[in-house]
Amino acid sequence: MQRYSALSLLRGGLNGQKSWQRAWRDPAPKSHYDVIIIGGGGHGLATAYYLSKVHGIRNVAVLERSWIGGGNTGRNTTIVRSNYRQPALHNLFEFSLKLWEGMSDDLNYNVMFSQRGAMFLGHSDSDMIRLAERGDAMRAAGIDAEFMTMDQLRKKLPLLDLSDKARYPIVGALNQPRGGTARHDAVAWGYARAADALGVDVIQNCEVLGIDRVGGRVTGVQTTRGPIGADRVGICVAGNSGQVAAMADLRLPIESHLLQAFVSEPVKPMVDMVIMSQSIHAYVSQSDKGEIVMGGDPDLYPTYSQRGRPDRIEGVAGQCIALFPALSRLRMLRSWAGTTDMSFDGSPIIGTTPVEGLYLNGGWCYGGFKATPASGWTYAHTLAKGEPHALNAPFSLDRFETGATIDETGAGPMPHHR
Amino acid sequence: MLLIACPNCGPRAQAEFTFERPLASIVTPTETLPDLIHKLFTRENPRGPSWELWRHTYGCAGWLKVHRDTHSHQISAALPVDMETPS
Repeated sequence: MQRYSALSLLRGGLNGQKSWQRAWRDPAPKSHYDVIIIGGGGHGLATAYYLSKVHGIRNVAVLERSWIGGGNTGRNTTIVRSNYRQPALHNLFEFSLKLWEGMSDDLNYNVMFSQRGAMFLGHSDSDMIRLAERGDAMRAAGIDAEFMTMDQLRKKLPLLDLSDKARYPIVGALNQPRGGTARHDAVAWGYARAADALGVDVIQNCEVLGIDRVGGRVTGVQTTRGPIGADRVGICVAGNSGQVAAMADLRLPIESHLLQAFVSEPVKPMVDMVIMSQSIHAYVSQSDKGEIVMGGDPDLYPTYSQRGRPDRIEGVAGQCIALFPALSRLRMLRSWAGTTDMSFDGSPIIGTTPVEGLYLNGGWCYGGFKATPASGWTYAHTLAKGEPHALNAPFSLDRFETGATIDETGAGPMPHHR
Repeated sequence: MLLIACPNCGPRAQAEFTFERPLASIVTPTETLPDLIHKLFTRENPRGPSWELWRHTYGCAGWLKVHRDTHSHQISAALPVDMETPS
């Protein structure tokens, strides 16, 4: 792999940018791999990278039906944070955040991780009590969390509507200073390039059509580019987990919903943090290009269409404008939608399945991007050892039957009520 | 946005409706444990036609059964909740 550095940039400038190599190969599928990962999103590519780097398993293929990072990796609002209350969740996401902090160096690829702070707004006394509980739980686990007073908010975010006449009155906030955003495409590209350099085959335009089993054990997959054998197969296709798992006759505790996101035209810096409200469920940040990135509730009914409902656009815009009245002057540039795996407790599934040699990583609801490195790390461990890492052991597929659900919002088995 | 023909009110925009759950996931008090887990958690989650329970929450507030394709969004039937679905 050609390493990127200030020197390589200089060299490129001097020779008309002719010295750049392609970032990863375009290999034809081999007949057999030790591990096949279905799905070339950030999570699948990270899994392949850590399989090679940490566990020394290099005969690995990542199969992607279209182009890498073209699914939910490229559709999220790029927020990274670890401000969860429950230990199973904040342990996983904090481990992830620590990997984010070293990711650009580790991958030799600038993922533009920007720790600008990620903040939950409080709109009432009960909001503040919940935020205090959350902050206490985080700090007890060694995770950064700090209360923001109204004076601090006024200074930090002058465009936020902090008046008593606000549509959504704000009384304080809980900030995680180490939270922030990253460039989502770069995460997929960086992991693909680094995994490829370690010998992983990243195979695009290769759709999996079937999962082969002999005597209840996985032996490989059928694809649009022919059959490929494998000792172990890892599903990593959040958004379509149920469809792929059905190829091995599994039914998952997942319902497929849809989440939209929106960006405005680019403007000068006006929001230098990630601002979220759990009570009204809206979130606002500003991309490095200057676009205001907005999101809100999912569309609240099962669909694989990747087409959002227009009343949600109106609803999210209304919420964001109520928080930041200056946004009313901006034009919306784009909106898009992604299919999300809504699990029935709001938490992901990473682990083994009843089919020997088949593993599952999915059910990320609408919060998978920030977990990309930890998801890859723990899934690689699970695939390499045949059993989960301590961090993903609570996120087992059978927790719904056993009652050991990890329900941060306490919503119960109602994915559309989250 | 979907256009759903409420049996009471006629065609109305999806904004007036709320999705409840697939018809197959309605739980009765006499459910066995495996059936209960199946209905609550390991649902069929089809990519294609599905019978669903919706409510005209911001209209007549009535419940209705909707036969809808989860990929194309085509709705082939919207029935009163007490009407049997065609098998």
